[in-house]
Amino acid sequence: MSILVIAEHDNSSLKQATLNVVAAAKAIGGDIDVLVAGENCGAVAEAAAKAEGVNKVLVADNAAYGHFLGENLGELVAEVGKGYSHILAAAGTVGKDFMPRVAALLDVAQVSDIMRVESEDTFVRPIYAGNAIATVKSSDSIKVVTVRPTAFDPVAAEGGSAAVEQLDVVKDAGLSQFVSEELAKSDRPELASAGIVVSGGRGMQNGDNFKMLEQVADLMGAAVGASRAAVDAGFVPNDMQVGQTGKIVAPQLYIAVGISGAIQHLAGMSDSKVIVAINKDEEAPIFQVADYGLVADLFEAVPQLEEELKKVL
Amino acid sequence: MKVLVAVKRVIDYNVKVRVKPDNTGVDLANVKMAMNPFCEIAVEEAVRLKEKGVASEIVVVSIGPKASQEQIRTALALGADRGIHVETDEEVQSLEAAKLLKAVVEKEEPKLVILGKQSIDSDNNQTGQMLAALTGMGQGTFASEVVVEGDKVNVTREVDGGLMTVALNLPAVVTTDLRLNEPRYASLPNIMKAKKKPLDNMSPADLGVDIAPRLSTLKVEAPASRQAGVKVADVAELVDKLKNEAKVI
Repeated sequence: MSILVIAEHDNSSLKQATLNVVAAAKAIGGDIDVLVAGENCGAVAEAAAKAEGVNKVLVADNAAYGHFLGENLGELVAEVGKGYSHILAAAGTVGKDFMPRVAALLDVAQVSDIMRVESEDTFVRPIYAGNAIATVKSSDSIKVVTVRPTAFDPVAAEGGSAAVEQLDVVKDAGLSQFVSEELAKSDRPELASAGIVVSGGRGMQNGDNFKMLEQVADLMGAAVGASRAAVDAGFVPNDMQVGQTGKIVAPQLYIAVGISGAIQHLAGMSDSKVIVAINKDEEAPIFQVADYGLVADLFEAVPQLEEELKKVL
Repeated sequence: MKVLVAVKRVIDYNVKVRVKPDNTGVDLANVKMAMNPFCEIAVEEAVRLKEKGVASEIVVVSIGPKASQEQIRTALALGADRGIHVETDEEVQSLEAAKLLKAVVEKEEPKLVILGKQSIDSDNNQTGQMLAALTGMGQGTFASEVVVEGDKVNVTREVDGGLMTVALNLPAVVTTDLRLNEPRYASLPNIMKAKKKPLDNMSPADLGVDIAPRLSTLKVEAPASRQAGVKVADVAELVDKLKNEAKVI
């Protein structure tokens, strides 16, 4: 078996999600090649070559791939990937965009957002927003799979020494052009891929109070999220919403502050490894899923948490 | 210009999903069904394009059992002009749905095809992109804004970490994200009028598409339920547990 992993990156650095996807590829077994498609992305290729378990790094460096347009990446990956048994990418917005095009061009099905590998052709994935877990088997000759990065522990970023090979395949479908980009300026990690998430709910009372959570988050290198109630109340923008209709997160540690724990919210975070709930209502449903519950007034507990974390971090 | 909107009948998003005891799937017997929420947003966007004078005709298509006509009628009540029902009782997976929609696109020749980014049952997030690839169209996925200008459409997309705007040649495929618009409710007079709007019925065979699935579902289970953990007395104990017991900080 031979597996092609499509690297996720921003043309200057390799995103950690790629290491999670390589881990999923290792669980399938076989030679693992990584394709880095981008523009002026040499540093990314070098980083990918150092990742544990990578056999070879293929680089498609061209302006056509600079903004990861799905039309161009789809054609490239379908062309490069047709000799492999599996094509894997992270189920982020880039992978979700181009991978179904790859599958359609190869006339195979895609298995989306896998959280476990059962065997080379059988995968486990959430359906109904994680309210049910399906085990699916693919009968296609090439398995096109997107991987939920948080479900796999990443391989080591250092230690490998894969060969780097330049590809001269240029696929510009000519269907789309990049116009502009407006990325949230934040030093915090992205919500969907963060290792730690600190979220606030209606109990925060207003948007200003989220600064308390931001300070705690920055101590731990965490992302800041919110419940739908906090978003609907106008405390924070809606791209911070965690839940069935917002972002689905599964970090190592999820700290829910002033969140009651509506089903809508639980569907978006209950796959987190460790859940902490801080709420003054001891009957709040969030405590039924929390590994560690603290019944306390958040306006006292959060500043204390900041102080305690400063001692140990 | 003509706009084609695809809609899917799914379990209502307010219904608590239950896995069947024999682990073959999710219990859909006597469960309220509705239009997929992302598809409602797709219909709304098409209707707004028509109200702006950009769209001239809205054709709504649904693939599924006879009862899917309810969702087509809902879309007609919201402002679509006519419906196409591709009727089948078989399971239709994303690739096959995309092939059926491609056949409809070839008949109807729309300038814009709008779909939900995913259905809330299978959560695949594939059909729009596959349709775009099969028809050789550009795609504006996870759209939060759609602006048609001449022979192009500018689509602002919700991407990890922010927004990205692309310009696509028409015809093109757009898939909707939650923040594109807030769908309206159908008024009673419009629901009555929708009953008289034309609705064509056809089968996958009529469209010449083989819908045999490529993926087989071996089992469906309820997610591992979390056990409530422990209550800690204070913040110091919490931090101690996180560091020394859970080892996550």
